[in-house]
Amino acid sequence: MSVSLMKRFLKIYLDKPELAGLALLVILIAVFQIKSNGILLSMENIRGVMGLLPEMALVAIGVTILMICGEFDLSVGSVFALMPMSIAVMLNDGVPFPVALLLGLMICAAIGFINGYITLQFAIPSFITTLGMLFIARSLTIVISGGFPPLLPDNLPTWLFTDYIWQGSILRMSFIWFVAIAALATALLSLTNFGNWIRATGGFNEAASSMGIPVKRVKIICFMLCSMLAGFAGLLQVLRLGSPLPSIGEGLELQAVAAAVIGGTALAGGIGTVFGAIIGTLLIRTIDNGLVLSRVDANWFKFAIGLLTMFAVIANAWMARISRKIKVEVRK
Amino acid sequence: MTTPIIECRNLQKWYSGVHALKNVSLTIHPGETVGLVGDNGAGKSTLIKILSGVHRQDAGEILIEGKEVHLRSPKDAMHHGLETIYQYNSMVPTMSIARNLFIGREPLKWKLGGFGLMDQKRMRAESVQAIADVDLHLRSPDALVGELSGGQRQGVAIARAMHFKSKVLILDEPTNHLSVKETNKVIGFVRGLKAQGLTGVFISHNMQHVFQSCDRIVAMARGEIVFDRPTAETSIDEVHELL
Repeated sequence: MSVSLMKRFLKIYLDKPELAGLALLVILIAVFQIKSNGILLSMENIRGVMGLLPEMALVAIGVTILMICGEFDLSVGSVFALMPMSIAVMLNDGVPFPVALLLGLMICAAIGFINGYITLQFAIPSFITTLGMLFIARSLTIVISGGFPPLLPDNLPTWLFTDYIWQGSILRMSFIWFVAIAALATALLSLTNFGNWIRATGGFNEAASSMGIPVKRVKIICFMLCSMLAGFAGLLQVLRLGSPLPSIGEGLELQAVAAAVIGGTALAGGIGTVFGAIIGTLLIRTIDNGLVLSRVDANWFKFAIGLLTMFAVIANAWMARISRKIKVEVRK
Repeated sequence: MTTPIIECRNLQKWYSGVHALKNVSLTIHPGETVGLVGDNGAGKSTLIKILSGVHRQDAGEILIEGKEVHLRSPKDAMHHGLETIYQYNSMVPTMSIARNLFIGREPLKWKLGGFGLMDQKRMRAESVQAIADVDLHLRSPDALVGELSGGQRQGVAIARAMHFKSKVLILDEPTNHLSVKETNKVIGFVRGLKAQGLTGVFISHNMQHVFQSCDRIVAMARGEIVFDRPTAETSIDEVHELL
């Protein structure tokens, strides 16, 4: 392999922080596989992890898209609980499931719209707006639940959302939803003009608006997408568990941001990928699961996530700096 | 006399009590390169923001090629052939050259309403061509704009304006924060506009840069045009004296 070819590969690698995450994931899986005496990659364990993964990953994908656009959402954990709770309440009032689902998604869209509108109209940081929404949506969840979780009717179409794809399969239907949505989100970001606008808006807001991009509208749409994905993920969890607890999703907002950042999304906006969000989520899930299986005190989980987040940001900045120094001649 | 490409008639603009433009009239003919000079707060930026569709005038008309136009947004201005390159430069550093060149004007292979799939092959091919047309040699259309020097970025911005067949290129302090070598490059681009058949408006507070590249000098002070003469008939000292 010639030097220039090696340089080119090195640069491509350095420009894609999610690849470093992938490498780390492989290492961690190997370590935990040994530490857990082979339980980590057993069918039963993978089945368990794969139940939770789609829910976490969908939230992380929404947060990533919004972060690429230059904004931030701390309310996803509360929306994760509010959306299924409002559906449960509607179902108990006799609303048919498809209608309740549609209304639930519209509630999420409305929350995203409010987050975006308040942030942009009053020019306040989305960090603050959505921190407010974190409390508001959580409070609403508990208020509408009436204090104790309503029972879900047992004729819900779980076959479409959370049942195993076939008898004894490792994956649930939620995994298919996750893959399909991840593929759509990737296509949105990299293939469509709207994806170009999202990156431009987050990368350099003034430049985007001077080129005629409706930056406010782009941001509000991203806020709405983010809320809808969080709500849908919450619904998947509730259908899987069979009961709408008002406390689900607490702390999820920060895990989702951690997943995005670990996967290479920049807090400043403009940079990030859906694939990176998925790798970040997988890393967090693997650490969570691996620590338990290796009989390490589970309280070390947050410690590990914290360490990994800091490490990822430092490593990404370092990789970008090295990459800039490598000037590669590209053939025509 | 040919039809002016831009004609501003009695433009007025107030910003919360401040009279930023006082009855400004300015006529620019096709192929001219006009240098717009003046101190901070003289009204240069206000005039440019109105011409680029960022702000709207409170009174007065703008005519482009003899027809009155209403520039409600940057998109409107670009649609009429007025493209502005700002001092902070209108490139997104985290995106590739090819993607930057087509922000907001992406060629689409398939579309539904205003939303669609980008023709990335065409974007790459056309950006290579557009950059070569301004005599700029870059490594690849996939290189990030953040990896380019300030002068190269302005070059890409100019290539973009030319690619979209802009008639008038407004350069708002394009040489700010650039090294001497990079500045010379940008001045070279401005001088090259005439050969490409473009009209240029070059805003700068640096007289040297303006005198090196423009064939007419317009000076503003306190919201009014106070000086307007061909470069050949005046000198830096005279303009300095006046301001």
